[in-house]
Amino acid sequence: MSLLSWIDERYPLTKVWNEHLAQYYAPKNFNFWYFFGSLAMLVLVNQILTGVWLAMSYKPDANLAFGSVEYIMRDVNWGWLIRYMHSTGASAFFIVIYLHMFRGLIYGSYRQPRELLWIIGVIIYILMMATAFMGYLLPWGQMSFWGAQVIVNLFTAIPVIGEDLGVWIRGDYVISDATLNRFFALHFLLPFILAAVVFIHIVALHKVGSNNPDGIEIKKGPKGNRWSKDAPADGIPFHPYYSVKDIVGVAGFLFLFALVIFYAPEMGGFFLEYPNFEPANPMKTPEHIAPVWYFTPFYAILRAVPSVAGSAFPGVVAMGASIAIFFFLPWLDRSPVKSIRYKGPIFKAWIAIFVVCFVVLGYLGVQPATPGKTLLAQICTVLYFAFFLLMPIYSKMDKTKPVPERVTQ
Amino acid sequence: MRKLISLIFLAVVPALGLAGGGSVHLDHADIDPTDQASLQRGAKFFVNYCMGCHSAKYQRYNRMAQDIGLTEEQVKANLMFTTEKIGDTMEIAMSSEDANKFFGTTPPDLSLIARSRGVDWLYTYLRSFYIDEARPTGVNNVVFKDVGMPHVMWDLQGWQKAIFKENEHGGDPIFERFELAKPGSMTPEQFDAAIRDLVNFLDYVGEPYKLERQRLGIKVLLFLAVFFVLAYLLKKEYWKDVH
Repeated sequence: MSLLSWIDERYPLTKVWNEHLAQYYAPKNFNFWYFFGSLAMLVLVNQILTGVWLAMSYKPDANLAFGSVEYIMRDVNWGWLIRYMHSTGASAFFIVIYLHMFRGLIYGSYRQPRELLWIIGVIIYILMMATAFMGYLLPWGQMSFWGAQVIVNLFTAIPVIGEDLGVWIRGDYVISDATLNRFFALHFLLPFILAAVVFIHIVALHKVGSNNPDGIEIKKGPKGNRWSKDAPADGIPFHPYYSVKDIVGVAGFLFLFALVIFYAPEMGGFFLEYPNFEPANPMKTPEHIAPVWYFTPFYAILRAVPSVAGSAFPGVVAMGASIAIFFFLPWLDRSPVKSIRYKGPIFKAWIAIFVVCFVVLGYLGVQPATPGKTLLAQICTVLYFAFFLLMPIYSKMDKTKPVPERVTQ
Repeated sequence: MRKLISLIFLAVVPALGLAGGGSVHLDHADIDPTDQASLQRGAKFFVNYCMGCHSAKYQRYNRMAQDIGLTEEQVKANLMFTTEKIGDTMEIAMSSEDANKFFGTTPPDLSLIARSRGVDWLYTYLRSFYIDEARPTGVNNVVFKDVGMPHVMWDLQGWQKAIFKENEHGGDPIFERFELAKPGSMTPEQFDAAIRDLVNFLDYVGEPYKLERQRLGIKVLLFLAVFFVLAYLLKKEYWKDVH
């Protein structure tokens, strides 16, 4: 009796391998956009591994945190590499996830029967934002401190419970040692919850099967391919075909990732903000506080909404809504086709408007507000929401092209 | 798809162009982190002129010796005034309480100043002190208005006056140029070169592992390039039977 059959009698090892890899049939027409799911997992593993190693030398203490990061950078063997892998990885995670979400957007991967898969994905995205926000406080630089101050103050804008909520989050009346300690604890915990939700995301994916650039359900198409007579004709086993293909994506990604780590770890002040090389000083407010780039589209929406009766609450609601609206996407799209390949010009135009607005908002979020820029941010905010809220109308009236029976190359 | 991407690109670029803005013009520092003689001269200036008030508390003397091409004995004899241990960091004797009393503010630690301010800012700032009798230190700075720091290198640079022109739009007058009122021991060219060395050293102190990082990067990228080619060929081989 072989070791494998001994295990298989006690644990479904071969069964799991086959169901999720060797006999999991994915559409054969995946393109460039389909690299980002596996890359997101790679970056998550990178963040957890480098994060655990950073935690071995980091001190979550308001008096020691900044110095301990410099200790890691200068005195710990390979500490600078581990830290840059982690700080660059945070930005890379968001780049990869934004591209992964864009893929879902253009090919209709959120449509029936993948609504739940999409919703789990949005939950992952929100968990990621929470993790990144708490992690950004840990170096205890000027931007860490004042960025956290600004974001936590958003919660205090909520009527009635706001003030108490702010104190509850900070554990103090200002961002302090207590805040740093709890953010460190949560920043260590959340990635593991994130990993668990990623697992659920994949379970959901393997239940409904992958979408593809044509938006065709291969399970509903003809059966029989060279590996199995019951499998979809347009499907190929994930392993080895997509495992070897994803390795190419990994190599390409790592090349760009290494380029940043070794030659531009600050990425012009976007990945590591320059004022964060100054220790946190509660007595000295920086001239210009900007969150890290991956939050700036939402921050720009917050600033674009005018205060009502001296309360920033409407802006906070708009910011929350701009993220929460992703949950409803599966029911907003009423187009008879899934993929952008067969959608009409109106939908294509709206996607383009949405992407432009997202990028422009992201840019405006790092800039100091001027009347002209605020106006631009307001226009982009309106268009951002119009993309979603008008979708039930324009997706229905758009002229679509006929969808072929089989996937195209 | 390709058309869509180029459309998006065309729409984003002009929108970003709407934004601009400027502040004080900064001179280009033009430093060379591989120039060890420059780093050694910079270390000399730093220890003699800056370390009266500013520490570099994350920088170790022995690490500096190794990185800028000096022996530990040379560093001990010429560059260490506040400690005897070569493994110590570059701390100073002045306490921050005293400093606050003397200057109204604690002079910042300079370990990471090149990373937070940028080398061009430092290069311009250190050459931009001008006579201003209204200030307690007798000087002001074009780049950092009403700075608490006195003109420490006056004996090298001498004293300069700043010529301002009127602001047509109202507001503060606009800085035009400097005029040397009283020459120092160095010519302006020599002083610029000295400041360049000092900024080069501060840049080194900000990230002592920078050259190591860049050297390692080449090897990693070469490996990944080869790995990419092999992975691509492997993929092509496997995918032969799909098409």
